[in-house]
Amino acid sequence: MSGGREAVLARVRAALGPAPDIPEIPRAYRQAGALGAGGDSVTVDLFCARVADYRATVRRVRGAELPGALTAACEQREARRVAVPAQAPPWTVEGVELVRDEPPLSPRQLDELDGVLSGCALAIAETGTIVLDGAGVSGRRALTLVPDYHLCVVRSADIVPSVPDGVAALARGAAEGRPITFISGPSATVDIELVRVEGVHGPRTLDVFVVESRTSGRE
Amino acid sequence: MSKTGFPAAAREELADTQMRRNVGKATSTIRARRAARVAEVPDWEALRDAGAGIKARAMATMPEQLEMLEASVTRAGGQVHWARDAAECNAIVGGIAAGHGATEVIKVKSLATDEIGLNDALAAQGIEAIETDLAELINQLGHDTSSHILVPAIHRNRAEIKLLFEHTIARGEDLGWDITAIAEAARRHLREKFLSVPVAISGANFGVADSGTICVVESEGNGRMCVTLPRVLITVMGIEKVLPEWRDLEVCLQLLPRSATGERMNPYTSLWTGVHAEDGPQEFHLVLLDNGRTDVLADEVGRQALHCIRCSACLNSCPVYSRVGGHAYESVYPGPIGAILTPQLRGLENAPTLPWASSLCGACYEVCPVKIDIPSVLLHLRARVVREYKSGRSAEALGMEAVGRVFGSQAFYERAQKLARLGRGPFVTAALPGWSAMRGLPEIPQQNFREWWHARPSRSVGGDGPTP
Repeated sequence: MSGGREAVLARVRAALGPAPDIPEIPRAYRQAGALGAGGDSVTVDLFCARVADYRATVRRVRGAELPGALTAACEQREARRVAVPAQAPPWTVEGVELVRDEPPLSPRQLDELDGVLSGCALAIAETGTIVLDGAGVSGRRALTLVPDYHLCVVRSADIVPSVPDGVAALARGAAEGRPITFISGPSATVDIELVRVEGVHGPRTLDVFVVESRTSGRE
Repeated sequence: MSKTGFPAAAREELADTQMRRNVGKATSTIRARRAARVAEVPDWEALRDAGAGIKARAMATMPEQLEMLEASVTRAGGQVHWARDAAECNAIVGGIAAGHGATEVIKVKSLATDEIGLNDALAAQGIEAIETDLAELINQLGHDTSSHILVPAIHRNRAEIKLLFEHTIARGEDLGWDITAIAEAARRHLREKFLSVPVAISGANFGVADSGTICVVESEGNGRMCVTLPRVLITVMGIEKVLPEWRDLEVCLQLLPRSATGERMNPYTSLWTGVHAEDGPQEFHLVLLDNGRTDVLADEVGRQALHCIRCSACLNSCPVYSRVGGHAYESVYPGPIGAILTPQLRGLENAPTLPWASSLCGACYEVCPVKIDIPSVLLHLRARVVREYKSGRSAEALGMEAVGRVFGSQAFYERAQKLARLGRGPFVTAALPGWSAMRGLPEIPQQNFREWWHARPSRSVGGDGPTP
C-alpha cells in the first residue's frame, strides 16, 4: 500500500501549509536531576510508601537478610516453583525450586509455575514504579507477566526520585530497542463503578524487596 | 452515522434513570480522585504547558516525525503501513491476520480500531476479534457500545455486569457481589486465549519518532499479554499520536495517569521497539491511520483537538456528559473532546449538533492535561456550522437580522423596549419554542434605565452628587 504513504504525507503537508509555525516546548517542570541522584533514604522511604499505596507488599532488608525474606514470602504465598531470569544472580530461596528461564520457558510452562522472582532496571520513587528493561535481572517480558505472583528485588541505589529521572536513565535502553515495562502495583481494574480492584490478567500479587545497597546495578 | 443529532439523543438517554445514577456516581468519584492526585504535583501547570507544547510541535512537524517513526520502526525490525481511511486500514489489518491463517485475534482496547469498525470488518472476513479489556468485554458480551473513553462500560453498574457475566462467560455460576469475583471470571475466560491465539491487535497511546518506541498504557495486564505473548502484533495508531522525542514521555507519562484514573501511575505501561529476539512477537506491524485526521489538522483553530491524549478528564468534569452519559454523542469519542473531534473527523455536515452539546462552562479546559481550549473550538465550530451549512433565510438568521436592525437605531430600540413589556409572556414563549424551552426570559422592569434617565430632575454637572 505504498500509495497510502505518499497520499497521507501529502495530505499532512497540505493541511499544515507551506510554513507552519513551529513552537518551542516550555520545559519549566522538574526535569531529570532536579531532585538529586536518588538512592538516598528520603527517596527510598518515598518509594516504599508509594508502592504500599498500591496494595503491594514492601519489605526493606539488608543484603544478608534477603534470602530469609524471600523464603518467608514464598512460604506465606505457598509458592514452591518459581521462575527466575536466565541471568539471575545466585538468589537462594529455601524450600523453593527456582526454574531458570534458559532455554526460554514457554507461556504454558510459565502458567504452571507459582511465581516469578526478578530484579529490575530501576525504580521511580514518586510514583512507586518498578521498571523492567527486558535484559539481565529484569528477564524477558513473558517471565514477569504470566505467573500470578511476582517477587521483585529492588536495590536502593537504583531508586530514582521522579518520572523524568527514570525516562532519562532508560533512554539508552530504548535506543537499543529493549522492551521496557513500567509496573506500579499489582494488576488492577477500575472498569466496574470506577472501584480499583486488584487482579485481572497480570500478576495479582506483587511483593517488593528493597535491598539496601550503595552501588547501583545501572551502568 | 449521526442521524438523530445530540438534542434528540440526549433526551432519550436522560430518560434512563439507572444510567444517570451510574454515570453521575462514577464521574463524581473520579473527579475527586483526579483532583487529589493532581494537587500533589508541585509543577503540574508547567507539565501541562510542556504537554501542550510537545503536541503542538508534533503537529507542526508531523511529516518529518512520521517519516522518522517509520524509519526507526523499520530499523528495529517492524513493518510500517499507511492507511488513508477506515476501509484501507481494515483491509491492511485483515490481510495480515488472514495471511497467518488466523480465525481469532486478541485485542487490547483501542479507540482507533473502534472508530474504523475493525471488529465488524474482521468478522466479515471470518475472523473473530476478542476484546480483552474488561469493560470492552462487558460491552462485547452485552452487544453494547462504549460510553466513555477510558471506562467504556461506565453506564453499567456491578449488578448489571454480574448478571451479564453469569449468563455468558460464567455459564450460570453465581459470582456474588464482589467485583473481585467478576474480574476473576474474566481472567479465567481469557487466560487460554492469551496463551494460544497467535495474532494480537493493539492501539497506541504514543509512538516515539526518534526511538521508534510504541507505548501502551493500561491497568489490567491484558495489554501486556497482547503485546508480549502472540507471535504477530499489529498496532493501529492515529497519525496524531506521534511524539518527536523519547524524553517527551517524561511529560506525557506524568500527565496521563493522574488525569485519567486519578492514579500516580497506571499499573502497567508497555514500551516496545520493533521486534526483539526471544522476547515478544517476532513480527510487528504498525499501521499509521489518517481517516479524517488531516482534515482536522487543516483547521488552524480546530487542530488542537488532535492534541488529545485520551485521558477523559474532560468527560468526567463536564456537567453535560455527567448527566446524559456517552451514548448521546453517537461516537466512540463522547464528551467535550468528542464534541470537537467527531464533527471535524466526520465532517461538520455529519455531526452538526455536537458543537452545541456544551454549556461552555470551561471545566473541560481547566482539567485538560494538554490545555486543549475546548470552549474556543466549540465556538469556532458553531460559527463554521452557521456559516457553511445554515441557510441565510432560516428563521434564526432572519430573526437575528431583524434584531440587528432594531438594535442599530435608538428610536427602534426604545420602541422595542416598550413593546417587549407588553408582549412578554405566553406570546413570546409560543413564538420562540426552541429558544424558551431551555431558557427563562428575563423580567422586564416597569421603568428601564433610559426612561428613568429622561424622567429624573435635571441637575448641573459637579453639583451635589456623591463624593468619592
